[in-house]
Amino acid sequence: MSITVSNISKSYKSVKALENIYFNVKEGELFGLIGPDGAGKTTLFRILTTLLIANEGSATVAGFDVVSDYKKIRNNVGYMPGKFSLYQDLTIEENLNFFATIFGTTIKENYELIKDIYVQIEPFKDRRAGKLSGGMKQKLALCCALIHKPKVLFLDEPTTGVDPVSRKEFWDMLKRLQQKGITILVSTPYMDEAALCDRVALIQDGKILQVDAPNAIVKHYSKQIYNISAHNMYLLINALKSYKYNHSVYPFGEFVHYTDQRADFNPENLKVYLESKKLSQIVIKNTEPTIEDTFMELAK
Amino acid sequence: MKTILYIIQKEFKQIFRNKGMLPIIFVLPILQLVILSNAATFEVKNIKFGYIDHDRTSTSRALVEKFNASTYFNVLKNYPSETLASSDMLKGNVDIILQIPQHFERDLQKEKSNTLGITINAIDGAAAGVENVYISQIIKNFNKNIKTDLVQVSDTQIQPISIETIPLFWYNETLNYKTYMVPGILVLLVTMITLFLSGMNIVREKEIGTLEQINVTPIKKSQFIIGKLFPFWVIGMGLLSVGLILARLIFNIPIIGSLPLMYLYTSVYLLVILGIGLFISNFTDTQQQAMFISWFFVVIFILMSGLFTPIESMPKWAQMVTEFNPVKYFVEVMRMVMLKGSGFSDILTRLLKTVVYAFIMNGLAVWSYKKTN
Repeated sequence: MSITVSNISKSYKSVKALENIYFNVKEGELFGLIGPDGAGKTTLFRILTTLLIANEGSATVAGFDVVSDYKKIRNNVGYMPGKFSLYQDLTIEENLNFFATIFGTTIKENYELIKDIYVQIEPFKDRRAGKLSGGMKQKLALCCALIHKPKVLFLDEPTTGVDPVSRKEFWDMLKRLQQKGITILVSTPYMDEAALCDRVALIQDGKILQVDAPNAIVKHYSKQIYNISAHNMYLLINALKSYKYNHSVYPFGEFVHYTDQRADFNPENLKVYLESKKLSQIVIKNTEPTIEDTFMELAK
Repeated sequence: MKTILYIIQKEFKQIFRNKGMLPIIFVLPILQLVILSNAATFEVKNIKFGYIDHDRTSTSRALVEKFNASTYFNVLKNYPSETLASSDMLKGNVDIILQIPQHFERDLQKEKSNTLGITINAIDGAAAGVENVYISQIIKNFNKNIKTDLVQVSDTQIQPISIETIPLFWYNETLNYKTYMVPGILVLLVTMITLFLSGMNIVREKEIGTLEQINVTPIKKSQFIIGKLFPFWVIGMGLLSVGLILARLIFNIPIIGSLPLMYLYTSVYLLVILGIGLFISNFTDTQQQAMFISWFFVVIFILMSGLFTPIESMPKWAQMVTEFNPVKYFVEVMRMVMLKGSGFSDILTRLLKTVVYAFIMNGLAVWSYKKTN
């Protein structure tokens, strides 16, 4: 096991940030921590990266206890905080050199590991970090977190505020790093990114909702979901919400995801009801549940 | 060691890249030294002087003439009445009113003594004190001369022998204020700049989030702290050197004592200041907070350092407090070594106190650094 977390709890005064968190991450796994803002993802990251001490429970990273062996952990993990936190007034190269030096290594030594990423920002290596675009800053931060060849990489919301193209690129980079044997724990509020992980933990209000592979998580979803569309989204949602048999109604792109309470639900009945509400162009289709649906269902 | 060197190198790079900070570090202190040393003087000149002469005799006119002759007083007006004089003082047109009573000359001859009424505007207490001394001196002089004029020959036998004092001002013969102020202001600058910079520096890492990134690295706290603070120690020493050169070249201040001794003391003293800076930065989250707290301490340190007001004239409790003021020792040592040529054994107690202070401050700072992070 690369990361084990057992019954971790942490509270800030009266606020419970984490409650009985448990999960294991296997070596070389790309593990996602999926949850909305304020779910406790960053707190958990801070505990695992030895910046914070939990009130209860224990955890190990790369085989070392986060409290008693914190010094060894620091040699073996890379951490990329959610907020860009490199020296804005140093250039790309200087930042990288700085982190290499304080980890007691050099860029040359581990160049192989960061090469793929570094070549993309190398043309700008004399530019100050503060003057880089968001995507480049993120690549630099990733390089800095990797420069000492960590066994475990912690990425706290690496794609928040990043454009879709860069996000895609970033996940490709993670996949490649994973192939090099690095265990990656990544947190994200985006449900669509969950499908890219080997396994995910759904977390809300400091509690774990479910830990499983993305496609397995979806299977936990027992109800049939219907994609419903009509000429007016707003009226449709209102109509569905006032339908007495509804189980869940969530807007999902151009459709509304709908589930019904009844086991013997017939879409035709719903169509009749919607027509009575003066909706037209009604389409009702079966669809597969996504992680987002699962999350919404679990978080209910 | 390599790590520390690299951090120091990084720190210097950052300092020299900070275009807003550079002039604050290097130009402002020099400007301040030049401006403050010329401006901060205790001499009071151009005192607005008015008088009410009820006597109107040659003696009273001679007395007024004495004031007129002094370069310190501007004799502005002869007031016809007390009410007019007081209302003018209320308006701020006059700072000193001398009242010469009726029959001043006659009584002086008959009774051999007389009194003069002097009213001083004491809104500025320090200036009023100085003005009082000037006035007393002029009247004393006048008194001496008038004796020879008024006293009749037959009285000479009973003339008491007067005691005269001729003061010698050692270590600053001409009582030159610059000689006295420049070492003090130099102390002020070295203290202020190093305290502000070091206090703000680590907070800055906190503010921009790099501290968190640093904390997950295997770097040791001691390496980090030394690496971060050492550049400011160097800057402090640099400021001292620049200040001493300016003091010698522009103000012609004598540097009698040994330079290495001054540098030795300063090097220890800076450790105290850096410790305080680190301590402050541990308890603050933004550069702004750090700046305000540093400023608070600097004001107390400076006002209670004996730089502007003598410590001897403070109340007992305040004197006790100054014992904990590192700036006080620095001011004393600088003045002693620069003006008097004190040697190592003379400043030894102060040096030892500073060493102890440095240990305590840095110990506290490192301890609290661990605790808060």
